[in-house]
Amino acid sequence: MQNDLTAQVFELIRSASVDLSPDVEKALIAARDKETEGSTERGTFDVILQNNKMARDNNTPICQDTGTLIFYIDIPRKTDTMPIEEAIKEAARQATKNFLLRPNAVDPITQKNTKNNVGEKAPYIHFEQWDKDYFRYKLMLKGGGSENVGTQYTLPNTPLNAGRDINGIKKCVVDAVFQAQGKGCSPGIIGIGIGGDRCVSYLTSKEQFFRKFGERSPDPVLAEMEIDLYNTLNKLGIGPMGFGGKTTVLEVFAAKACRHPASFFVSISYMCWACRRKTMIIKNGEVQYD
Amino acid sequence: MIKLTTPISEEVIRNLKVGDICAITGIIVTARDAGHKLMVEERPGFLDEYLNGGVIYHCGPVVKKEGEKWSFVAAGPTTSAREEPYQAKVIESYTVRGVIGKGGMGEKTLEACKNYGAVYFHAVGGCGTLLAKSVIEVITVFKLEEFGAPEAFWVCKAVDFPVIVTMDSHGKSIHADVKKASNEVYTKIMTELSAK
Ligand code: SF4
Repeated sequence: MQNDLTAQVFELIRSASVDLSPDVEKALIAARDKETEGSTERGTFDVILQNNKMARDNNTPICQDTGTLIFYIDIPRKTDTMPIEEAIKEAARQATKNFLLRPNAVDPITQKNTKNNVGEKAPYIHFEQWDKDYFRYKLMLKGGGSENVGTQYTLPNTPLNAGRDINGIKKCVVDAVFQAQGKGCSPGIIGIGIGGDRCVSYLTSKEQFFRKFGERSPDPVLAEMEIDLYNTLNKLGIGPMGFGGKTTVLEVFAAKACRHPASFFVSISYMCWACRRKTMIIKNGEVQYD
Repeated sequence: MIKLTTPISEEVIRNLKVGDICAITGIIVTARDAGHKLMVEERPGFLDEYLNGGVIYHCGPVVKKEGEKWSFVAAGPTTSAREEPYQAKVIESYTVRGVIGKGGMGEKTLEACKNYGAVYFHAVGGCGTLLAKSVIEVITVFKLEEFGAPEAFWVCKAVDFPVIVTMDSHGKSIHADVKKASNEVYTKIMTELSAK
């Protein structure tokens, strides 16, 4: 049992590291087709697509920064989570040994790299009980360069002249993407967390990356904001790798959480074009990857 | 496509202009935050033979060891901006001719490119597998134990490593141009959002 689970999680890590989900790949192809033939921008997308094909064919990581491992797991009620944690840690060790993951876990006090991606809060695992009788594992490999440009604003915000309203939120997002230029590998995917306390706000922004491209928020106001921001941000002309061009962001996802009357946080998480996230469902002993 | 071979002369570098697409063959040395800090604070001599007229690559590769032999599995560029405090000094003190990275660098580095004859090459970020294929051999590695694999100095041999010049030795920077243009759009958007 335990060995099976380790092997299944290993496969989840492997496929996240070497292959993008079809929705992401499709968005990259569409972005390439928008750029003029012979331009640096189009050439850049061509290189990206060629790289992805090579990674898939050779079973090697798309990007050398295989990121931080973030697991979100939905479990039936009363599940014992310890064996799952152990299987994940073992799978991370094996994936590092097999060059599917770069050793990316560093102790912040001793500066020692644990060399196997396992350590204090690494991998990060979040369990949630749900009403179903099967398991859903969601994994995100979150790159460091793109994580560094994530940011949190408080409204009202004087430097941006941004108030506690939709336009105020939009200003934060436009500012964050403008400031990110040249840092995370663009085009990016933007996750927006509105409200919450500081932690919930950031978490909400990051969880959005599990959504499929094209999936709009169920809240009509947020859905409209997502589309609006997508169009606005792409006017910035930062483009792939900051060379200029029509696509600065591939997707914009927003979600909200109740806030304290005194606080109003807007958090922006940035995912690079190498948006590596995969899902695994284990139902009646059958495993499905998506 | 301009073919370059290391060590690169100052004359060849001075002929490059932003937008030039190049393929680099020869020795490149990876260095990241810990490496740059060390090069500035202690200036180790063991890098001289590789860096004089050479190329630094901002990269923390995924590496593989078979027997005694190291190789690169995935090796795309990392964000260069973090090395801005150190880069100018490193270019000067080691006579570096090229810096490969992503995202471009700032004023100080651009000045150093002008003063000492160097350029900034942009590699396509995230393309770890594709770029690792251009690295045919790892010659040696320094500070592996101390810094860990991503931060160590990997000295390697590259063949036709694909890059584009985005900062040249004449004071031109694509990054500064795009930043300027996008800043105008940014200001316009922010004004519109205030008016609505
Ligand atoms: S920002 Fe993303 S694509 Fe770029 S180097 Fe980091 S992980 Fe890789």
